[in-house]
Amino acid sequence: MPLLELKDVSHAYDNHRVVEGLSFSLPRGAIGCLLGPSGCGKTTVLRCIAGFETISGGEIRLVGETVSGPGCHVPPEKRQVGMVFQDYALFPHLTVSDNIAFGLHRAEGAEKRRRVAELLDTVGLTGQGHKYPHELSGGQQQRVALARALAPRPHLLLLDEPFSNLDVDLRERLSLELRDILRASSITAILVTHDQHEAFAMADEIGIMHEGRIQQWDVPYNLYHKPANRFVADFVGQGVFLPGTVLNSRQVQIELGVLSGTIPTECGMGCVACGRGCRVSVLLRPDDIIHDDASAMKAEVVHKAFRGAEFLYTLRLASGARLLSLVPSHHNHAIGEKIGIRLDVDHVVAFRSAEAQPHQHEDRVRDAA
Amino acid sequence: MYEYDWSSIPGALPYLWEGMKVSLEITFVAIVAGIVWGTLLAMMRLSNLGPLSWFAAGYVNLFRSVPLVMVLLWFFLIVPQFLRAVLGLDPTTDTRLASAMVGFALFEAAYYSEIIRAGIQSVPKGQVAAAYALGMTYGQAMRLVILPQAFRNMVPLLLTQAIILFQDTSLVYVSALADFFGAAYKVGERDGRLVELLLFAGAVYFVICYSASYVVKRLHQGNGS
Repeated sequence: MPLLELKDVSHAYDNHRVVEGLSFSLPRGAIGCLLGPSGCGKTTVLRCIAGFETISGGEIRLVGETVSGPGCHVPPEKRQVGMVFQDYALFPHLTVSDNIAFGLHRAEGAEKRRRVAELLDTVGLTGQGHKYPHELSGGQQQRVALARALAPRPHLLLLDEPFSNLDVDLRERLSLELRDILRASSITAILVTHDQHEAFAMADEIGIMHEGRIQQWDVPYNLYHKPANRFVADFVGQGVFLPGTVLNSRQVQIELGVLSGTIPTECGMGCVACGRGCRVSVLLRPDDIIHDDASAMKAEVVHKAFRGAEFLYTLRLASGARLLSLVPSHHNHAIGEKIGIRLDVDHVVAFRSAEAQPHQHEDRVRDAA
Repeated sequence: MYEYDWSSIPGALPYLWEGMKVSLEITFVAIVAGIVWGTLLAMMRLSNLGPLSWFAAGYVNLFRSVPLVMVLLWFFLIVPQFLRAVLGLDPTTDTRLASAMVGFALFEAAYYSEIIRAGIQSVPKGQVAAAYALGMTYGQAMRLVILPQAFRNMVPLLLTQAIILFQDTSLVYVSALADFFGAAYKVGERDGRLVELLLFAGAVYFVICYSASYVVKRLHQGNGS
């Protein structure tokens, strides 16, 4: 039985649908993530799970019990769902210890003190319990918020953009730390973020959200390498689309040659049956384009971004199409220079060409959800 | 030229002090009762339940739209009869002090409730959500999270209102109740030295209220840093 299950959940603010037909489930102990651009409805989903919002359709089940559903809404204080808020929402009039102890109102004095000490230790704030939130740094406040949410041992922990108020260095370090803490407490958690690095660093399973729907729910590897639709392909990682023509179910022709692999066909007919050479867009990631001086295939450097260990080159092909390529940074080429490239495409990601069927794209996104 | 003669004041000091005690008593009761009732009114006003919210809004608007003197007079006329009917008091029992306290408390509650409402609204909404997420009920969230923070933000405003209230207690002279102002007035009339007594009373009010305002200001600055 999954710990958390959302079935066809919808939510509307004043007749404006924010979340539509959303379904996913999370096994006990897993860390899930809702990843999407701002305004995609991901925070609303979190608030629905916490019970702050009433859903307009579907069902949310927690540990086998329906907590939101038709004619049913368990209030947030009865759900045993912990939450770490974007601005932490620490209680400014209480000390760190009292903040952490706040959710332990049913515990005895000694038991309460023991649990608070244990949590301070877990989040690395031993001995800081007497301080007030404003005396702590942003990163420390975030840990207090985490400890406070973990204290009552909730069934599920929700984290709303937990790192958005921290600077980048701290963000990366804390996301790894947070993952370790969650793992150690073997808690099930859902994280909401718009930052894919955070999502990849933290989550076992990620749902990509767009316009109130989940576009793809999958493990991070598959989101990057096997995106279900063009939105996911665009949103996760970098890359460009080159026009291509399907030759058969195994091969697609692009400007740089013929790529082989399983061509995802979306018409449902299969290319052998059709044979009409569908126009497709083929996704090429920066790591698919290898710089090779020996290669006869040339492309002109139009832009370069130094990333320390590597350069991210923007290259122009003879046709004018642009490519991105990640190249080790000792290959320092000037803008305007023509450099040799070759393809190293492990598996082909292709979608029906958006230009050829301008209206099909949106329909497909809806169907995929 | 008017000849000032302050000689009647020293002898009247014990009587004036009795009057001051009445003024302070009324102020104290009105502050405590006004804040408690004002808090309830503010919570009603902010609640999602229509009738409660309408009642609180109507109450506040009514009391803020009539002169305090009139409210006090109503209460001098209504409360004694009410107390006699309910408690079966002797018609000769002096209920003027109780009437004044009730009148002030109900009147001040309207002002306090507006201050408290603003104070509650000044606490970020996320704080309530955080309390709910930790298993608190509405009542617990209010009592342990919202009100402590709201009152902390409101202290200067509440104290300023208390100073105004202290000055306003002088209005009880309409019922011939001997508060500080009433006592001074009576001594002045008795000795034919009204000007001196009223000047003295004014000076006392000024010293008390100005010192209190100064303390409030210092407190506010201490908070702000």
